[in-house]
Order: sequence, then structure tokens, then C-alpha cells
Amino acid sequence: MATRGFTGRQSGPEPSDRVPPGQHLVNNFPVLTAGPTPRIEPADWNFTLKVGPRPFKVWSWSDFNALPRTRMTRDIHCVTSWSKLNTAWEGVAVDDILADAGLSAPTPFVLAHCFDGYSTNVPLADLATGKAMVALKYEGQPLPREHGGPARLLVPHLYFWKSAKWVNGLQFTERDEAGFWELRGYHIYGDPWNEQRYTND
Amino acid sequence: MTEAIAATARWQSCAIVEIATRTPAIKSFFLRLSETFDHKAGQHVDVRLIAPNGYTAMRSYSIASAPSNSRVIELAIERLPDGEVSPFFHDVAQVGDTIELRGPLGGHFLWPRPSNKPVLLIGAGSGVAPLMAMIRYRKASAEVVPVALLLSSRTWREVLFRDELLELEMSLPDFAFALALTREPATRCTDFSGRIDARVVADVAARLPASPGCAFVCGSNAFVDIAADAVLALGLEAGTIKTERYGA
Ligand SMILES: Cc1cc2nc3c(=O)[nH]c(=O)nc-3n(C[C@H](O)[C@H](O)[C@H](O)COP(=O)(O)OP(=O)(O)OC[C@H]3O[C@@H](n4cnc5c(N)ncnc54)[C@H](O)[C@@H]3O)c2cc1C
Repeated sequence: MATRGFTGRQSGPEPSDRVPPGQHLVNNFPVLTAGPTPRIEPADWNFTLKVGPRPFKVWSWSDFNALPRTRMTRDIHCVTSWSKLNTAWEGVAVDDILADAGLSAPTPFVLAHCFDGYSTNVPLADLATGKAMVALKYEGQPLPREHGGPARLLVPHLYFWKSAKWVNGLQFTERDEAGFWELRGYHIYGDPWNEQRYTND
Repeated sequence: MTEAIAATARWQSCAIVEIATRTPAIKSFFLRLSETFDHKAGQHVDVRLIAPNGYTAMRSYSIASAPSNSRVIELAIERLPDGEVSPFFHDVAQVGDTIELRGPLGGHFLWPRPSNKPVLLIGAGSGVAPLMAMIRYRKASAEVVPVALLLSSRTWREVLFRDELLELEMSLPDFAFALALTREPATRCTDFSGRIDARVVADVAARLPASPGCAFVCGSNAFVDIAADAVLALGLEAGTIKTERYGA
């Protein structure tokens, strides 16, 4: 039912094939973080690939930066209802991380872990084949701290909480294990085109 | 927790039963739920407005009222000059109108389980809303946990829930309340003139009988970052500092 007196911004021809239902476009880049913004120096940074509880390979900041680079320009969609078009990222594709470790799909499920203790689950199918990267640059600049710098996961086709900030590892799990936000009411998969915002959506 | 959240998927229509002007830029909207829900202090709802052609705008608003048996919840909404949804509430919405919302939402920025560790609350502008739900809950429940609230506002006139907070400062045991006014000098000697910094936060935290077990910080992103860093400087673990960021 329409809300009395509401017409909305509806400014111009929205590229509606690029704005999922319930989303609105922003030009700025809002920040949503559950706690203080972590400070991580490159010297303290490392990235761990795990299979179950077992660490498989660890990269230092310089090792990680020596991996092949990928660029992506994508639209991003936050569960709090803003979307931002044409965001430009540079980083290391998850495919290239796995290739460097010589690991191929031990399980279909992955949990991304972060320096601040947060985690989020993403099926491998949504990370591999060029779909996702560990981003090191945004718009040509080192990733700002408030947006997850030095490195964040980027899974642009899912709601943006899946693109975990301050990422420090990927872990293959036997089952699809809910991460931090998924345990706190957010959807296990988070497809913006199907408005999978909260647990039962 | 998951059960409380499982019921949230449904949108419901709520009638606006009262509108109260709180400050020059903030009004409270009292909404009567058609389906009651049990919220926890700190949670929010998603509100959606629908245009005649089906265009929909959705935003989140914290619940400012304490959990209770009442079907009426309070949202305190600040009017952002060029915004899409908040000016609609201020300029168009009237008592008797119907608004769609779903909730309660949010499983992180929540009043802690019963404990006697003091709680530090820091908010700015409309970011006081979820903290007010916590203070009201503390008052209504038998919990005796000490609470300190540090509230940043441009001026005395713009302090959200000012009169109620001043009254609680007198009547509620173990409740410390301090203002930091950024655009005019503070007149009460327990308040601060200027922006919040580590010194101000340490001063307010020291009014608690013991060091805080956790902190809740809510407001604009820039404010939250400064306040959260100040709480870190008190020596609290990052995991005990919960933040809610309202926007850029
Ligand atoms: C969990 C949570 C809880 C919240 N709780 C509260 C609360 O209790 N009270 C409260 O007041 N707010 C709260 N907020 C913020 C609220 O959700 C909205 O973001 C806020 O009301 C602004 O919405 P708006 O539609 O009025 O402005 P928007 O249209 O979203 O615009 C926001 C600002 O950006 C500018 N802007 C952005 N895009 C454009 C554009 N295309 N054209 C012109 N200007 C633009 C506007 O000038 C405006 O100042 C909460 C946010 C979150 C995430």
C-alpha cells in the first residue's frame, strides 16, 4: 500500500537494472562497523589460508603483494539499503590465492576471518572463477582504514557485509557455517537481487 | 536470539499515534504496531515508504522506547535537509498515517546480559536514541548496573531527550550524565564545552564506581570513530566497544 504523501527522490532515469529492490543510490561511501576501527600496520599483517582447523599457507604483507593483481569495477549493495555504482578495486583474486597455495577446492564452503574477530561465510562458488578478490586498493589508492584497509574481501554480487573488512584469512569448512553477522540475524547467503537481508528472507 | 530475529521477516503496517517535537531538528514518532514484538534495548526497525508508482525507500531507525508490553514504539528521527526519508517524516507524516516497518532488527548493539559491570554510553545527535532505550530499560527493570551517558550536541536546545535525562540524573541511582556542547559554552560544571576527546571520555568514565565492562557508541561515523578510540584509550578491549554508525 502506498504511503500517503510520499513520492520519493526518484531523480531521473535510475539505472534500475543495476539497483536491486529496496536499495537507493549514494555518491558517498557510508561506513558500517560494529566496533572501533582497527589499526593494522603492514608489518603486523598476514593472511592465512586454512583447511578446517589446519593452516595451509601464510603470506606476509610483501608476499601477498607479490601475487598477481586483478582489477574490478563493480556496483556494491549494502544491507542498510544504499548502493553505489562503478566502484573500482584492485587486489588479488581468490583464484590466484588458491593457485599460489596449490590448493583446489577441498570443500565447497569458506569462512572469511578478520583481524577484529569478525567472520562471514561465503560459498566457494561465489569466491572463485573471478567473482571475488582480497582488495588492496580502492579507486587507485591504498584501501583506507575505515573501509577495511590494508585489505578487505570483495564479493560485490552479495550484500556488502560479506565483503569483510580487515580480512586476514580464508578457511575452508565442511559445512556452511554462519559467520558473525549471520549468527546475529543476517541472511546466510545475502543475495541483494532476492533481498536476502535477514535470516528468513 | 535467533528466535527473536526469526519473526522479523514480516512487514507490518503501523499507525502514527503521536508526534512530539524533541529539538529543532528531531521529532519523535510514536507508532502502534499491529503485531507486537519483543525488542531488546539497542535494536532498530527498518521503515519503508512506498510511492504510488511502487518506488520504495527504506531506512533504519533505532527504537528509542524501552522494551515493554506496550504496542507503541518510539522512533526519534532527525531531519536531514536534503534527505529522502527523514524530511518526509518531518514535513508530511501526520498522526493517523500508516507506515510500514519490520523489526526488531540488529543482534549486536544490544544491552548486555545482566551483570553488575558498569556500562558507558556515548552518543551524538539522534544517536542518543538507542542509548535512551537502554537507560529507560535500566530504569524500568530492577537491574542495578551503573550507567554513565556522555552526550554530544551542538547546543543545549538540541539535546535529544534533555528534560527526561535531567530528571533521571536526579532520580535514577547510579546514573551519571554529562553533556559536551560543541557550539556554545556549557553552563553546568559537570558538562564540557567543545568536542569529545579522550580526556572527556576518561573524566566521565571515572564517574562510574568501577571501570566499565562495555561501551556503546552511536552517532555519525566521524563521531563514533573519535569516541570509540577514546574508549580504547581507557583500556577497554575492542570487542567490548559496540558501535552503531548512522551515516557519513
Ligand atoms: C542501524 C541504524 C539506526 C539508525 N537510527 C536512526 C535514528 O534513530 N534516528 C535517525 O534520525 N537516524 C537514524 N539512522 C539513520 C537513518 O537510517 C537515515 O540514514 C537518515 O534518516 C537519513 O535518511 P534520509 O532518507 O533522510 O537521507 P538520505 O536521502 O539517505 O540522504 C542522507 C544525506 O545524504 C545526502 N544525499 C545523499 N544522496 C543524495 C542525493 N542523491 N541527492 C541529494 N542528497 C543526497 C542528503 O543531503 C542527506 O543529508 C539510523 C541508521 C542506521 C544504519
